[in-house]
Amino acid sequence: MSTTQESTESVKAPTAPPAPNRLKDLGRQLLGTRRVIVGLVLLALLALFALVGPLVSGWEVGERDFTDILGAPSADHWMGTNTTGQDIFTQTTAGLRKSLMIGLLVAVITTAVAALVGSFAGYFGGLVDKGLMWIADLALVLPSFVILAILSTHFSGDGGWFVLVILLAVFSWMVTSKMVRGLTISLREREYIHAARFMGVPPYKIILRHILPNMSSLLIADATIMVSSAIIGETALSYFGLGVQAPDVSLGVVIAAGSRFATTAWWMFAFPALLLVVMVLAVNMIGDGLRDALDPSSKSRRS
Amino acid sequence: MSTDTVTTTDAAPGERADDAPVLEVSDLTVTFPGLNGGPDVRAVRGVSYTVRRGEVLGIVGESGSGKSVSSMAAMGLLPAHARITGSVRLHGQEILGLDDRDMARLRGRVISMVFQDPLSGLTPVYTVGDQLAEAVLVHDPRTPKGRARERAVELLELVGIPNAEQRYRSFPHEFSGGMRQRVMIAMAMANNPDVIICDEPTTALDVTIQAQILELLHTAQRETGAAIVMITHDLGVVAGFVDRVLVMYAGRPVEMGTVDEIYYGSRMPYTMGLLGAVPRMDLDRQGALVPIKGTPPSLSSLPPGCPFAPRCPIARPECELAEPDLLPIGGQPPAETVRAPHDGEAAPAEDGGQGAGGHRSACVRSGEIAENAWTARDIYPVPEIPDAPASSVRREDRPEMLRVRDLIKHHPLTKGAVFKRRVGTVHAVDGIDFDIREGETLALVGESGCGKSSTLMEIMGLERPQRGTIEVMGQDVSGLSRAKRFELRRDMQIVFQDPMSSLNPRMPVFDIIAEPLRTHGVAASEVTRRVYELIDLVGLNTEHATRFPAEFSGGQRQRVGIARALALEPKLLVLDEPVSALDVSIQAGVVNLLEELQARLGLAYLFVAHDLSVVRHIADRVAVMYLGRIVEIGDTHSIYTRPAHPYTQALLSAIPIPDPEKERTRTHIVLDGDLPSPANPPTGCRFRTRCQKFITLSDREQEQCMTVEPQIRATDGGDQGAACHFAEGRQAV
Repeated sequence: MSTTQESTESVKAPTAPPAPNRLKDLGRQLLGTRRVIVGLVLLALLALFALVGPLVSGWEVGERDFTDILGAPSADHWMGTNTTGQDIFTQTTAGLRKSLMIGLLVAVITTAVAALVGSFAGYFGGLVDKGLMWIADLALVLPSFVILAILSTHFSGDGGWFVLVILLAVFSWMVTSKMVRGLTISLREREYIHAARFMGVPPYKIILRHILPNMSSLLIADATIMVSSAIIGETALSYFGLGVQAPDVSLGVVIAAGSRFATTAWWMFAFPALLLVVMVLAVNMIGDGLRDALDPSSKSRRS
Repeated sequence: MSTDTVTTTDAAPGERADDAPVLEVSDLTVTFPGLNGGPDVRAVRGVSYTVRRGEVLGIVGESGSGKSVSSMAAMGLLPAHARITGSVRLHGQEILGLDDRDMARLRGRVISMVFQDPLSGLTPVYTVGDQLAEAVLVHDPRTPKGRARERAVELLELVGIPNAEQRYRSFPHEFSGGMRQRVMIAMAMANNPDVIICDEPTTALDVTIQAQILELLHTAQRETGAAIVMITHDLGVVAGFVDRVLVMYAGRPVEMGTVDEIYYGSRMPYTMGLLGAVPRMDLDRQGALVPIKGTPPSLSSLPPGCPFAPRCPIARPECELAEPDLLPIGGQPPAETVRAPHDGEAAPAEDGGQGAGGHRSACVRSGEIAENAWTARDIYPVPEIPDAPASSVRREDRPEMLRVRDLIKHHPLTKGAVFKRRVGTVHAVDGIDFDIREGETLALVGESGCGKSSTLMEIMGLERPQRGTIEVMGQDVSGLSRAKRFELRRDMQIVFQDPMSSLNPRMPVFDIIAEPLRTHGVAASEVTRRVYELIDLVGLNTEHATRFPAEFSGGQRQRVGIARALALEPKLLVLDEPVSALDVSIQAGVVNLLEELQARLGLAYLFVAHDLSVVRHIADRVAVMYLGRIVEIGDTHSIYTRPAHPYTQALLSAIPIPDPEKERTRTHIVLDGDLPSPANPPTGCRFRTRCQKFITLSDREQEQCMTVEPQIRATDGGDQGAACHFAEGRQAV
């Protein structure tokens, strides 16, 4: 792919070759990694599955088949049914839709908040640092479970799940932000940060352009872990009935319901759990690829 | 004993031919297996040398030339996965392949080593004295504890640690870098070894401390009569210290001979280039330095021929065919033989380097070089550097680029976590004055901790200083509005010392150089044009634009840093030790580039350095700093020929010159002790605690030094001024 690029460049070289486009480069880099492709395809398939699944199964979400309770996978129910005769396939795919959204959104919001709070606190120091870290400490000591329990009534209805997303994010950014702050303090004394400061680059640009990219490995790792922990966190809440509220259904709700029957009616647990594993795997693959593409010193960049 | 050593050092090789060598290394090779199926790294390829009792051998080479690895192999300190072949004999006993337990018996007793980094050489949790006593005890466990302790104190005294009895109980962190290196040397001497290997023992230290350590190594050699193998990249250190020199390049010895043979009659283009690339402190107008183009080859994919051929200005086609052996001058096979296909190895030289004498070189044209008596300037293309246009105008008439008056930077020392209270003040910069005119270079020199970098940070910050004023292009920075300050940043840029950390590793070169342009709102098309222009200006290639800093060598990275600094066409460039992290041959290229840019663009430089040789080469004026104060300032010529302040004299005298003849006849002024803490500077003159002149003064004069702080006063009616009550010009180089 680069041969054509080079030949055009060398023709123009004597005058002025075009400026290299970092984003295009990055995109090409990403798509050149097999892991990213596999991860993206998996994620796209999951999304498709989540969107189309409930439509093709022939059963409504929450609909019960009283003729087939706790049934094994069959032609009617591809993944069997649960204790109340609900179709596992329909429940799982519908749950997957919510869980995908919750997992990805929580991860992105949490990591973004953590990165911004941590880096601003670390870069500016002084009062800004004190203020932001005080907020972080406060959020750490708040009993998140109790607050979620109190507010769980708001999780039902349209957009209720989004409130849950925000709340999950609010209670999970603090630890990462402390790590980011520590890293920022050590990066702040690097000479390239001094150089940028001395050429007049405003502080917010220094943070976005020099500091955050240099901890992208940490942030990406954090975001990928956040995806799974958000889903699992939501699952835990659902187990106590405090997560996604009926009639909404999430992967966590389905897994929680199925886990009790994991040994007797394996299909209730196996299928949703498998989907969760695939989803986390896909996100991790994309995260790995993104980290390598952003890090010029990583081995896979040698081309 | 001491006289005995001196005579053997100076004696011709023939006179002690029967003297058996202490350490013989022959045909040593070290290979590190490649990672993940990558090619093997051939770090050392056939090194042979011998050292006799009382002899000092210097091994010189740039980073990655295999000089350290070869000595680590001799000590048996390489990791187990390294493949080592050849032979290392200590008193005739083969030690290569000895197991660790047997080797440990020899290490420290027969052969010992001084490492480069004194910070990591000592265990932080034991006292210095106990570690020394342990070194004694470990080889002779029957020694009574008290005796070992006595010996440790004796050793500490020998290496010049004051109050040895008390310092015995000190922990390593209570010692300065120079003191720790002394302890390391004491440890190496503890059991009177026969060979001491010194791996860059002074690289991490300041010049005045370096002078102390070199002096000490001389003492150590006299005391123990040991042979010393001195590994260094500094051609100055070697010149005055060693008897014979072995030059290494890409894992192979390329030239070997006595010091004089190498320094005055080098017959290998690499050595010649290396000697030409060193800036000389003792020469007034040296002209452009000799740069060696290119970079050393990768040790995992070496070319088939002479490894230096790609960088060699006089390489011939046959140089690329086979690697020349280390042979006596003119003893290389003629070109026809090299070209002819080999049938079996044609009698490799009778154990290269074995015969102690004889000047040997691994260059097929060594005979030719000797016949024509070529020097570096004859074979290397030396760039022409035009004269700066500003130099025709008198200094007073040129506009002022930067003026600093009475600048102060104090850091508070605080204690306590919750309630911070101030317990003292670090006087980092304590009232300095200087100015820089258009097109001139002012060098700020001094040892580490003297406040050079703090001064730079204060100037570049463009904030109101704690006291005093900073004026840039005639504008006082304390009253600047935000917009004005931003505007002023265009005209002053900085180049940092460490090319590893001064470039953002996540940004490609294009974006790095474009950043200042984009920040200052230059149009996108103009940015692209200018970036490629700059890449060309600093001698990089267009295709480098998309690469990341990690893919470049140190010298190239520094060029990127310079390109970034030049992007906005500043009038003042602040250079913070721009070449001190680079190898000699690379450094020459960057120094030449800086001089050329100054001449072409009329830049003013504020050049901060601790290397006084580079400073003499590049600077018009010099300011010498000590503990936050300028002690002497003036034009380069005056300062170097007639320094007036005792500190300047000591500093100049401490620097080794890469000229064996001169180095032998020089007397070094060796300062006592270390830099006092800037948190608690001495009263009166700050230098008096280490001053070599202070001791010679009468009581009343000493009283003056102790109570009155001297101010800068003109010493010769001209530009030169020194802050000393008893300043007098004297030659020091």
